[in-house]
Amino acid sequence: MASLKDVQNQIGGVKKTSQITKAMNMVAAAKLRGAQQKMEDFRPYTAKFNEAMGNLSANMDAGQFPLMEAREVKAVELIVVTSDRGLCGSFNANINKMTEKLIAQYEREGKKVSLVCVGKKGARYFRKTGKVRQQYSDIMGTFQMFNARAIAQDVAANFLSGDADEVHIVYGKFFSVAVQRPNQEPLLPVRPIAGPEGEASGGAGGDYIYEPSPGEIMEVLLPLYLNVMVYHAMLEVGASEHAARMTAMDNATNACKDMIDSLTLIYNKARQAGITSELMDIVGGAEALKG
Amino acid sequence: MAEKIQLEVVTPKGAVVSESVDIVTAPGYAGEFGVLANHAPMLSTIKTGVLIYKKDNQEQPFMMSGGFCEVSNNKITFLVEAADRGTEIDVDRALRAKERAEKRLALAQQQREKINVARAEAALQRSLARLKAAKSEK
Repeated sequence: MASLKDVQNQIGGVKKTSQITKAMNMVAAAKLRGAQQKMEDFRPYTAKFNEAMGNLSANMDAGQFPLMEAREVKAVELIVVTSDRGLCGSFNANINKMTEKLIAQYEREGKKVSLVCVGKKGARYFRKTGKVRQQYSDIMGTFQMFNARAIAQDVAANFLSGDADEVHIVYGKFFSVAVQRPNQEPLLPVRPIAGPEGEASGGAGGDYIYEPSPGEIMEVLLPLYLNVMVYHAMLEVGASEHAARMTAMDNATNACKDMIDSLTLIYNKARQAGITSELMDIVGGAEALKG
Repeated sequence: MAEKIQLEVVTPKGAVVSESVDIVTAPGYAGEFGVLANHAPMLSTIKTGVLIYKKDNQEQPFMMSGGFCEVSNNKITFLVEAADRGTEIDVDRALRAKERAEKRLALAQQQREKINVARAEAALQRSLARLKAAKSEK
């Protein structure tokens, strides 16, 4: 049995850990609020953007644009968006696992897979596979649009040069504070987006005045669309990361509490045993004196 | 000027303007264009420049960086990467940005250093637009 002092030390250690996890929980909660706000601010932009894209692409020939061209798929590129920091439960592990499954699936189909890792966790996980073509680290915290643009441009160039025939993005989607799931979305070739009202908007689209021509507008919009998609994924991962960390740290704090409880029980038992044996000694000694 | 048009300016950081206004003048692909109420549906790309809208006979300038705009159902929506209200522009900062961009462009011309000309050009355009928007405020 552990000595009293040992148990006391252990309790002290667990208490300190619980203080840290509690603080991390609160920090994550505060950061989550900011990240969620950014996500919500971005939402009207995406909504309007998709609406306009829908109007435009409804009466557009997809084959006209290199970024929309569907080719026979020989090589697939996956953009894996993870967080830069750990200690957020199984959040990054889930994304990595999903990516691994996708890689296995594509390779079974005889397609070559390359990876673009955004965020340190994914990059580190896949480093040894040798599939990582490009990696971006330490950009998750700031959410700058130009970071997303750099990634989008790089991926688009890779697609256009024919090194990848299909690009998907894998990221942690934010469903709620309690639920974040890995999610996969196709990015390239860009598929025509159905207008929000389907037929109706397609009809109205025909009456539009285009300046410059629809084709030229599309050429501006398509790279922008990639930006928006990548930026969106980054925002989602940002919010999910903090939410996941919040939950993980809450669990850790609770686990600490349980541990402290059971350790205290052991401590008290040991203390009691000590007292009992001391009493026995005293009683034994008194009996001996009585003689 | 009874009839008004609804103006919406949306950036990735959220909606910046949502007002009904008399006229909107924007830096379009082929030069400046004005939009009044009941304009025909239109889709146009937007260059970095100054947007001016008029409401109650007051002109409000805006700095805008690239994007596009859509006009439909008496509503004009701008989707741009950045938009700053003229009154909120930091003139000193814009001036510094302009000088920096000009310097970089000059360097790029002389020494063919590894400078991203497109980026410097864009930065210059942005700073010029900011200065213009800030000036027309006064």
